[in-house]
Amino acid sequence: MRDVAVIGVGMNKWGELWNDSHRTIWTDAALKAIEDAGVDRVDSMYVGCMSGGLFVGQEHLGAMLADQLGMGPIPGTRVESACASGGLAFRLAYMEVASGMSDIVLASGVEKMTDVDGAAATYALSTAADQEYECFHGITFPGLYAMMARVHMSRYGTTQKQLAEVAAKNHANGSLNPNAQFPMKVTAEQVMNSPAVADPLRLLDCSPITDGAAAAILVPLDKVKEFTKNTPVRIAASAHATDTMALHDRGDIAAIESTARAAEKAYAQAGIGPKDLSFCEVHDCFTISEIMAIEALGLVEKGQGGAAAESGLTALSGKMPVNPSGGLKSKGHPVGATGVAQVYEIVNQLRGNSDKRQIKDAHWALAQNMGGTGASSLVHIFERLS
Amino acid sequence: MIGSPRSWREKPQRYRYEAGKCSGCSKIFFPPRLVCDACGSKTFETQVLAQTGVVETFTIIEVAPSGFTDEAPYAVGIIKLDDGVKVTAQIADCKPEELKLGDKVRLEFRKVTEDGASGILHYGYKFVLA
Ligand SMILES: [Zn+2]
Repeated sequence: MRDVAVIGVGMNKWGELWNDSHRTIWTDAALKAIEDAGVDRVDSMYVGCMSGGLFVGQEHLGAMLADQLGMGPIPGTRVESACASGGLAFRLAYMEVASGMSDIVLASGVEKMTDVDGAAATYALSTAADQEYECFHGITFPGLYAMMARVHMSRYGTTQKQLAEVAAKNHANGSLNPNAQFPMKVTAEQVMNSPAVADPLRLLDCSPITDGAAAAILVPLDKVKEFTKNTPVRIAASAHATDTMALHDRGDIAAIESTARAAEKAYAQAGIGPKDLSFCEVHDCFTISEIMAIEALGLVEKGQGGAAAESGLTALSGKMPVNPSGGLKSKGHPVGATGVAQVYEIVNQLRGNSDKRQIKDAHWALAQNMGGTGASSLVHIFERLS
Repeated sequence: MIGSPRSWREKPQRYRYEAGKCSGCSKIFFPPRLVCDACGSKTFETQVLAQTGVVETFTIIEVAPSGFTDEAPYAVGIIKLDDGVKVTAQIADCKPEELKLGDKVRLEFRKVTEDGASGILHYGYKFVLA
């Protein structure tokens, strides 16, 4: 296996992009990554997209987007793992370069979610859960995470205020991110007083519906100088794990076991532990998700995730900043693009390009992206090279 | 939206609560599966689910998906049945705000949803307080 580096990244301003289509949003981000890397060709490309079919009635995205990019004959592969589609696309691009099969590979993700109404978007997202034995009974995604939250609160004493503090922190970070969909600050009180969606989760505990894309260019580390003048960011680890599809089949409803398993493999591959990390981008599709993710990653003890945002540990200025980009909560959550946008934030942070939200002297960073209620998880670790 | 072949196929589970009990290690799967994740056995016998259990967790759905909007707010929970099997289902005929973890419930045969005014009626199980 070859060492692999990221030499370019691209994304756009996320939001309700009425004037832009699925294909133009994606192509814009891909072109930005290619320009940032300074490469003149791509050998192969991967597109993470959860549901082109249900959101825009378009499948066959590998071929369509290779065509849109003007790269016609190159292999184009669409990858799906629900909300972890982007993370999985990134991993497959990594594997293709690491294996020696290709030298310049584009990893990308896209979702165009606002061409359909809210009910149709909710339905499309619900296909990430068990349609026959969860959704059949009228449960929603906020509902599934609410059931996880209730167990976490009952067992560990996690409070509604602690959930709200996660949203407040991520909006504060997102207010410094020009690409964020909702860059306004919110207070914990505003989160707690927002309308109930699925008790105990309120509207502002939930990530939004978003249009957006992100892309990255991966090359073998020992060939970086052939392709670019940029300082590369090394991919120190890539790991993927699955768990039961239905939440009710899990041993522990208040934990993300697939993330814990992937993290264990990733730390071993990178040769570091959670204490070595400078910051993390994690999958805060709901406030409770960030709490369970940082526990699964070993950033805090099990049950201490709720206290982390409240105490300031995970704030931008804290000892272990989590979601400096604003996370899914503030930056937005175009499901297929989210995992690749985490890489966009990490690469910019490690290059020192993150302006007002720059984390000083960042060296190691981790991205955690998950699908459904955690039936799939991707963990990647990155290292700054000087 | 579920379609008639799909609805028809699930009748043994939704109407008769049929699970698969592993012949190798006695683990019960609902719905039945083709291979046991605990022991690898591929032989199962049909066993009917226990019809009482406890509320392991629940939520109150305020923003409901299509097909359920008229019912909101309603409670959905994960129920741990007395045979150890866990299922997701609605907890009906209760004041959702009075539900508690550990509440004892029993299974009842109910209409769960319907595909519009002239579509299929989807029957299955809901739970009520025992
Ligand atoms: Zn068995």
